[in-house]
Amino acid sequence: MSVNTEKKSAVLKERRTFDVGSWLIPFVAVLVAMFIAAVLMYLQGASPLTAYTSLLKSAFGSAPGIGKTLGKATPLVLSGLAVTIGLRAGLFNIGAQGQLISGALASAWAGYAIHGLPMAIHLPLALLIGAFFGSLTGLIAGALKAYRGIHEVISTIMLNSIVISLVDYLASGPFKEHGQPLTRTAPVLKSALVPKFFGLPLGFFIALALSYAVWWVFRRTTSGFRLETVGRNKNAAWYAGINVKRSILIAMAVGGAVAGLGGAVETLGITGRFEPAFNAGLGFDGITIALLGRANPLGIIPGAILIGGMRAGAASMQFDAGVAPEIVDLLMALILFFVSAPLLTRWLRRGKGAASSVTGGWGS
Amino acid sequence: MSQLKSKRNYLLIAVAAVFAYFYHKDGAVTTSVVSTAISFGLPLALAAMVGIMCERTGIVNIGIEGTMLISAFAAFFVASTVKSIIIGLIAAIVVGMLAGFLLALMAVSWRMDQIIAGTIINILATGLTSFLFKQGHTLPSAMPEIDIPVLQNIPFFGPVLFMHGPITYFGLIFIVFLWVALFHTVWGLRTRAVGEHPGSADTAGVSVLRLRYLNVTLAGAVGGIAGAFLSLELVGSFERGFTAGKGFTALALMIFGRWNPLGALAAAMFFGIAQAVTNQLMIDQVVNIPQQFVNMLPYVMTILVLAFAAGKVRPPAAEGQPYEKEQA
Repeated sequence: MSVNTEKKSAVLKERRTFDVGSWLIPFVAVLVAMFIAAVLMYLQGASPLTAYTSLLKSAFGSAPGIGKTLGKATPLVLSGLAVTIGLRAGLFNIGAQGQLISGALASAWAGYAIHGLPMAIHLPLALLIGAFFGSLTGLIAGALKAYRGIHEVISTIMLNSIVISLVDYLASGPFKEHGQPLTRTAPVLKSALVPKFFGLPLGFFIALALSYAVWWVFRRTTSGFRLETVGRNKNAAWYAGINVKRSILIAMAVGGAVAGLGGAVETLGITGRFEPAFNAGLGFDGITIALLGRANPLGIIPGAILIGGMRAGAASMQFDAGVAPEIVDLLMALILFFVSAPLLTRWLRRGKGAASSVTGGWGS
Repeated sequence: MSQLKSKRNYLLIAVAAVFAYFYHKDGAVTTSVVSTAISFGLPLALAAMVGIMCERTGIVNIGIEGTMLISAFAAFFVASTVKSIIIGLIAAIVVGMLAGFLLALMAVSWRMDQIIAGTIINILATGLTSFLFKQGHTLPSAMPEIDIPVLQNIPFFGPVLFMHGPITYFGLIFIVFLWVALFHTVWGLRTRAVGEHPGSADTAGVSVLRLRYLNVTLAGAVGGIAGAFLSLELVGSFERGFTAGKGFTALALMIFGRWNPLGALAAAMFFGIAQAVTNQLMIDQVVNIPQQFVNMLPYVMTILVLAFAAGKVRPPAAEGQPYEKEQA
């Protein structure tokens, strides 16, 4: 027990102080992952150099390219933030996917079904409705954890699948666009579309502001401190008089709301309507991004932009170098592996690597 | 305990009575529903065995889903490339063991958070399979069905139990074998000791780390066979995201079955029956619910099963904690 606590405090120390190691590890992890992906591309007969050049150029080489990258990065920042809030409170919320999709469909509905409102009301309302339904999805997992002790990893994965089926039903039935063969909703009204800001998606700035807000809450407020205490040691938190159940509910509800907002921003700012297949995998990228950013609400931003760039440039990479866009999924997995395995930590610091400790067994 | 056991016996008798009634009304359909239920339940049961083998030694394996996914992929693509089902099956076992070994490496040697280690396996498997996946592959032949002579002629039980593919027989026998091994052999005793109190096991001369490596890697092989069952025997193809959460459902079954192979098998068969009955009701158009709600069924059931089991079951005590030898 004491070993565990010691380790946890070591992890927290690592999170707080931004020494060279903590920035070097994600950086090296990305490079090593890209190198392995390059070898795989080479083995498949493609040129990794052409592929990466094309990726970089299309993602970061032009103003529209950067706009697209930031657009792709927006839901990633938000789903990364959702996972981060959970990690800080000692929960591994791998259900950002389902929370994001609930938010996406709900905001699309609010965007096309509510008529006659000015933009100043309609857009915030649609965003809030998205956040609300994301929050609800997260809260189900939170309640199952708090009151029935069901591990959030299982419940959120199951909820992901349930939400995907439910949303598919709604988008092909009650919410379906009239007279269209495709499974999708009607387009969102103009008054609910997230506008561009000098060619850059406004949603990205909402995501940045929210990241800062979450960082501030954890750093400066009692509520943030309470959540983090629960995350560090549930028993100690309980002895200190913190309502652990309530903290779990709050962390899941807020995380779900943030992920739901990610879905809403994507729907109202990029796709303009809801289509079931559009955001496959977005929520899982959030896990990689959160761990890449070492569960720091501000630290996740560079990782989200990087991965947003990869997603934005994947199509042109396929066109120029003939590499399947799924290489990005593989890159994501490799990055996750190298950033969480203490391999790099040990090698870079020549010391004992402390992996981030999140959860114990099923009951805790 | 005894109260629970008698409750369980009543439930079993009730289920048997219901099936006897339906068999009396329509023998052919009932037989095919129960036979399908076994095919649906088996991959879940085998996946739950993976969980049991790991957790009984104190390692949480949340990577069962990924292990099955990548093994199903390996089985299908190797079998269709070299035109041999057997080599496909071997490939699945090897890949499954590699996944298990990787988990052991992260969880045992690197003492990583086990939930994150398992998630890495899941995401790696998803990334690798979706990158390497290519359309247009087909199996050289279907997995042959082996009908056991004489036994297959028993009414009802013959077609239900003795007319399946080879992996089904292997799976059912393995589960019973694992139950015996876990509770009646030295290996089983050591495994349970390491899962409950690794310190004592170590003092008694059991190598905790080696046993954990062994069990998690062997469990990977079982996960590989479960994956091969899906792509080679049950479906005969492979798609992205093929395993559809079965690895997570299996964890719920493991918990519901109290980390006991036979308990988990019963829970898995209950899931299989629920799905097979729903399918049959849809085919007969007795009920008319949208397909999406039918798809939801196993996931909703998983959550319900866990909510029901909550507070009544106790996991192995040392689960999730890395083991470090105390310094003398």
